[in-house]
Amino acid sequence: MKVKLRNPNIIMKLSRLGSFHQSKLSFLRSFLKEFRDWEYKRDLFELDEFGHGTAVYSFKKNTRVYSLICFANELNENERSDRVIATKWDAAFALHDGVPTKQDINRLRNEVPRQEVGRLSYKELTLSRANKSVRAFNHVVESLSQGKQPDIELLSKIGYLYRTTAVYGSGKFGLADRFRIKHREEIYGPFRLEMMLVYLVRQFTFDQVNHMAKHKNPRKAASLDLEICRNLGIGNSTGLGMAPFIVNHPTLLNNWIFARETALKNIREIKNVKTEDSDLFKLCLKKSIKNITSWSTDSNYQQKKIRSLLNDLKKFIEFIENNFDFSKEFPFNEVYLWVEKNLEEECIEYIVSMMMEPYDDIVNPLINEMSSEEEKFFNIPTERTILDLKKILEEKYVEILKIDFSKKENNQNFWFISKNKEEPRMADRFKENGSDLEQPLAIARDIKKLYETLSVSKNSSTIDKFLVNNNHLRHVVRRAFIVEKFPYSEIQDNTIGQSIIPIDMLRLKLSFFGALKFDPRSDKWLRICMFQGAPLPNELKNYDAHWVYNSIN
Amino acid sequence: MRSLSEIDTTSKRASRAAGYPWGISEEVGKNIRMLEMFGLPGIKNLNDFLKKKKEYQFENLNLINLNNKTVKSHFCPIIAGISFLDQIKSLENLNEIKFEKIGYPLLFLPFVSRASEVIGKRLFLKLDNREFLLNFNNYIYSNFIKNNIIEVANVVSIQFLNNTDSFFEKEWNELYKLSEDTFVEETDSLKKSGAGAGLTDND
Repeated sequence: MKVKLRNPNIIMKLSRLGSFHQSKLSFLRSFLKEFRDWEYKRDLFELDEFGHGTAVYSFKKNTRVYSLICFANELNENERSDRVIATKWDAAFALHDGVPTKQDINRLRNEVPRQEVGRLSYKELTLSRANKSVRAFNHVVESLSQGKQPDIELLSKIGYLYRTTAVYGSGKFGLADRFRIKHREEIYGPFRLEMMLVYLVRQFTFDQVNHMAKHKNPRKAASLDLEICRNLGIGNSTGLGMAPFIVNHPTLLNNWIFARETALKNIREIKNVKTEDSDLFKLCLKKSIKNITSWSTDSNYQQKKIRSLLNDLKKFIEFIENNFDFSKEFPFNEVYLWVEKNLEEECIEYIVSMMMEPYDDIVNPLINEMSSEEEKFFNIPTERTILDLKKILEEKYVEILKIDFSKKENNQNFWFISKNKEEPRMADRFKENGSDLEQPLAIARDIKKLYETLSVSKNSSTIDKFLVNNNHLRHVVRRAFIVEKFPYSEIQDNTIGQSIIPIDMLRLKLSFFGALKFDPRSDKWLRICMFQGAPLPNELKNYDAHWVYNSIN
Repeated sequence: MRSLSEIDTTSKRASRAAGYPWGISEEVGKNIRMLEMFGLPGIKNLNDFLKKKKEYQFENLNLINLNNKTVKSHFCPIIAGISFLDQIKSLENLNEIKFEKIGYPLLFLPFVSRASEVIGKRLFLKLDNREFLLNFNNYIYSNFIKNNIIEVANVVSIQFLNNTDSFFEKEWNELYKLSEDTFVEETDSLKKSGAGAGLTDND
């Protein structure tokens, strides 16, 4: 039996993309898998009694070494902010390519804590900063210094000791361009070095609390229990900066979603499912409920989604336990059809993620297909005709062409880059200044404009002639020809409409990172947790691949 | 040192700020990145060009002909470049195209380099006495190695080089003969078993 890939006009709607969950394809899981046989070391740990100082951690294999350099600094209470406007943080980090020299560390000590206003070099690969969750951090240090383990309930509410507020890579602020490193096999999956940085930062947070507790009370202090460490992740606060990324990298977006859709298709096409595989699917599903019941958020929007997810999951478990037989042919196809018919988007995508758990053989080959070379598709095929382009738009943008952009609500917002932080922002076109400097992120509106212009052009004319008078539409002409080749490269929604929920765009990206516990703080930023439940660096050689569902929190 | 990613982004934004549409600004970003990667002074030339653009009123060349002459001022290198790249498929059968007075011609060069890749032919670009052999957008061979601003090239020509061998048949044959010394003379036994398919491949 052949199953069709799911329809991009449904899957690429923002409400659906904003319901995606982590899966075996997620970058933090594939990062751990790739680096499981690398040698991990803490090379330097020079902190004072207050936990301030420098530390270096590394992963090494043969002649290749990646080193995380950590700078922990003093920060006054009133200086601590997760917002992008902050200029100081509790700690700052850079991932260095190779073993850093003393000169490198001294150079980076001056630059890394300054983040966006510092300058990095091609020897650095990623850059980040993080703030303590003061409540959790102080409680852990205090408890350990008394020789006690911290209150697990408190930690489970928070989930981490530090929150990163940005992770930069790919040439930002002088960091190495991707072209310098892209042929290295170990980082062929997307965002692998960003994942490495976050993962090693997590270890630094454990080492720092142990160190401070010991200094506080050398005779009595205990070390943080390893089980508790495993159940702590690293938090992250993410704002709109992330949203335009998925619009500006259409082939990359396609490759992520295409991998997910291909995995689902292949699983639905399995004729006979082994009992051990269906059992593993059910086991992961049941164990994962802890991740939902411990998912804490004040956001009404998210609470509603969590409630719907839990209700639907109960319904689904009831269905597979009592009314379903995995020994029939193509059982996962039937499961999927039932899910699509009976459950909400949040749970549909949850179960799609779960269906991948037993199938390394299907998922693993797809992981290396998730990077992309956007530049290969940059040139516009100008020898093609107006008719060709019109057909592409009619086929690939069905819903978007129905939007009436003369209505105020469909044209409500605009995206811009803030002068202060050079970061993307969104504002109301009719209330705020600056829409004349709008970023080219109103794809739906511009595609519609392109279609209207094409409609009064001669079908047999070629694109080079069309562009002579219509170069203001060049960016969407390029895009349409990309979308022709890559079915999942375009968000099938209006990104400037009144009803847009920008965090749906963030959620999509973060789900591919492998984030858990999305906690929207508004419609424009959210907090998440990464690596919660993950093995510690010295346990990587032998760990449970389904660690995501082992969390006790 | 600025990364190529920073160079791309800043060039794109500056071009947009100078009045080019986003689609064209995206092209400029990629082009300046390419020039800098090839060791040519992209940022220097773009910066100077965008500063002078308002006061100088460069002329737009929208349709490329065999001979392209300006009416009043210098051709805008960006619009001339975009037109050349967009129209390259209809130009590829020509032998040579000439232009008169292209302003800041180094900004025109990346479009020609990319066109070379699109049609799969080497292009030989002359900017007055500066020569550039553009090889399928993979590398550039040139007698110009200065890191300076070129405000104008009065005489510009692009030759379309056919995909022909750069050597004589005799030279090829000699080299091929030498390469044959790596071959093994086949015995009867090797003839039977060496290829794998053997004697039963007519079944």
